[in-house]
Amino acid sequence: MAVNLATLRSKVELALTGRVAAPFTYRDRHAVETVSTGIAEIDSLAGGLPRGALTEIFGPACSGRTSLLLSALAARTAQAEACALIDGCDAFDPHSAKAAGVELKQLLWVRCRNIDQTLRATDLLLQGGGFGFIALDLGDMSAKLLRHVPLDAWFRFRRAVEDTPTILVVLEPESNAKTCASLVLRMEAEPARWSTTLDTRASYFFRYPSSWLFDGFGIRAELLHSRMHSSAPNGFKKHFDSAGRSETFETNAMPGYLSAARIEPAPK
Amino acid sequence: MLRELNQLRNERKKYLESFASTEKTVSMAFASIHVPNFLVQAIMRAEPNLCDRAVALVDGAPPIWNVVAANEAALRSGIELGMAKSQVVQFRNVEIRQRSRLQEKSAHAALLDLGASVSPRMEDTALDTIILDIAGLSSMFGSEENIATQLMRRASGLGLAAHVAVSSNPEAALQAARGFSGITLIPPGEESKRLGGLPVRALLPSTEILETLERWGVRNCAALAALPLLQLSERLGQEGVRLHELARGASLRSIVLAEPAVHFEEEMVLDFAVAELEPLAFLLGRLLDQLCARLEARALAACAIRLRFDLEDSFEKDFQVLDDKSPRLAAKTYEKVLGLPIPMRNSKMLLKLLRLQLQADPPHASIVKITLAAEPAHPRAAQGGLFLPSCPDPEKLELTISRLANLVGNSNIGSPELVDTHRPGEFRMSRFVPASDESKILQKREVVATAHPCEEDTSTSRGAATAFRIFRPEVQVKVELQDGCPARIYFRGMRGKIVAASGPWRISGDWWREDTWQQDEWEVDIRFDSSASSRNERTSSPSALDGLYRIYYDSIRAAWFARGRYD
Repeated sequence: MAVNLATLRSKVELALTGRVAAPFTYRDRHAVETVSTGIAEIDSLAGGLPRGALTEIFGPACSGRTSLLLSALAARTAQAEACALIDGCDAFDPHSAKAAGVELKQLLWVRCRNIDQTLRATDLLLQGGGFGFIALDLGDMSAKLLRHVPLDAWFRFRRAVEDTPTILVVLEPESNAKTCASLVLRMEAEPARWSTTLDTRASYFFRYPSSWLFDGFGIRAELLHSRMHSSAPNGFKKHFDSAGRSETFETNAMPGYLSAARIEPAPK
Repeated sequence: MLRELNQLRNERKKYLESFASTEKTVSMAFASIHVPNFLVQAIMRAEPNLCDRAVALVDGAPPIWNVVAANEAALRSGIELGMAKSQVVQFRNVEIRQRSRLQEKSAHAALLDLGASVSPRMEDTALDTIILDIAGLSSMFGSEENIATQLMRRASGLGLAAHVAVSSNPEAALQAARGFSGITLIPPGEESKRLGGLPVRALLPSTEILETLERWGVRNCAALAALPLLQLSERLGQEGVRLHELARGASLRSIVLAEPAVHFEEEMVLDFAVAELEPLAFLLGRLLDQLCARLEARALAACAIRLRFDLEDSFEKDFQVLDDKSPRLAAKTYEKVLGLPIPMRNSKMLLKLLRLQLQADPPHASIVKITLAAEPAHPRAAQGGLFLPSCPDPEKLELTISRLANLVGNSNIGSPELVDTHRPGEFRMSRFVPASDESKILQKREVVATAHPCEEDTSTSRGAATAFRIFRPEVQVKVELQDGCPARIYFRGMRGKIVAASGPWRISGDWWREDTWQQDEWEVDIRFDSSASSRNERTSSPSALDGLYRIYYDSIRAAWFARGRYD
């Protein structure tokens, strides 16, 4: 019996030569390499962004999705990885990205006009291969339109990045990739932080608006779904299978960018 | 001590023996390459499908066209040189082509490239023949036979079927290459014997001398070499002496060195104008194959491909010119430069890139002549580093970018680059060239590691920068003011209440230009009215758009606009 099994096994291996490297070797699909997002809170929550998988970041407008994306882009470009941003809404602001620390020379920016172009551009980039980080920004697109994106597109993207070192991140107003995403994060903004030079009790926005400055806002990230054994950046191992955990982090206004463009407040 | 001395002696002996054997192997120091039936082969090089067909070349001033060259198959079919084209047409199985001097020029350039690929010392003897000095090449290629085989193989790669002869003197090699097919090796001292079987005609004597020799019954070189030199000189003069030396293989001369130009260009004149991309791509593929083979022969690659089409005059174009109020002659040529980020010589890849460029910007009329030129450069020699991050293969990346440019437009793809201005939202797109220099990458990583010494990666708990998303184009909004401060806003068909505002921040610039700008910027926190009906289908729920926006009042246009929002 044992001999028959061995013969059968060798026959199968022979038949699959050139197509499957090791048909009888167990491959743990859940053990993936992860990289830092550049935000410690998100890294501790989700273990970082998984390579060779699709990560979905969704939330309403002004919920901090782009801040998280720029932080991750800054972390990847700092490691000299080639990154690509497929901008479905042409909403990317290079100044803001530069202020966030993104190395713009390492970033390929594809400005699309509609969803069809965006999906085709993503296909082309994934087929081309070699990018360490590909971001698909559908953040300003209508949720209704995105619901009509066929599910096979998400499957195709997932298959295209599987077994590659590419991180594919999708920004959306709602979650659409369903089970194709290995990591799903929901973002939500907390009230903005303002600072003023006057006494806050005596001052209010509409009386002395020029005395107020936007400082940033807090962002709450909730882990909705994760299927990975994470070899997190600092080496610890966790198994993230419980949904609903959340972390909050703060964003800061971009002083360099704003002060570069501004002069003194106009006299009232 | 004695043992060491003996060892040294043995080594010296071995060295001298090897040197002697090298001397022996390089005794035949000249190789001649001859392309038989060059005119036909030049045409066949551009049209490889003609290789197994009978081909006759015609030339002359219309309407008088005569056959100037034909291949073996055509000659067997009954075609004769000088035959009129009208007679050749009777032969159904014979392909008729017009003689192409452009193709001959290209084939000759390819022949020179072939020679230069083996030896830098080369004589450009004739359009169809070159002589190479192969002395000292044995250490690189091996024996003379190996060199000759290499030359045959490389010639075949360039689309030429050549005869190669190797001899100790250039004239003997030349006569042997012209007279014998395949590879001919003539050992020193056997020149007269090996050349003896050649007809006298192969020495290219003048017509008068050839007739005289035929009258004497001298048909081949052996018979000519047997004639007494003094008497031959008295009857035929110096020309006779020269022919005698050639027949004996005893002519001694130096080769006249030629420097092949580093100019790679292939041209093709079309019998019928081509308007569609598919047949054009087929022709471009052939030319690129030839161009890349030539580049490979010279161990070079192309850093740019220049494409030039001569266009046919078309009715539509004439009509456009006539319709124009200020008529100007439309260009009859179409030119395109395909710049490559790295030197490459993969003809298939280059063809794909050219096709994408032509799809994006097709020529406006049918094409009658194609010219392709390559700007040569040394090929990329790079070794991937073990510790480098993944980076797209430059060739594949160029193809991907070309495809994307075809999809979204050239101006919508690249790396963003900030420009030195205070005008909001200004940037320019530059070519995406990811860093590939290992030393620079490692240096950069060191800088990052120094900036974050306690962290393995770049994670920070100091807070991320607040990102900004831009509306392109900017959205015109209606703003209601309260004490000079925005209080309510109407944005994309929705009404919103401003709960916090910061500003105005006056910015202006470029007053010396026509497109001067002056804006009062505000950062406003908006809460949209959820009861208001949304007229815009982009928005699913007004409250989902609540957040911090940047709006501005344009003093020049006297209107309010939304620049974007923080996200």
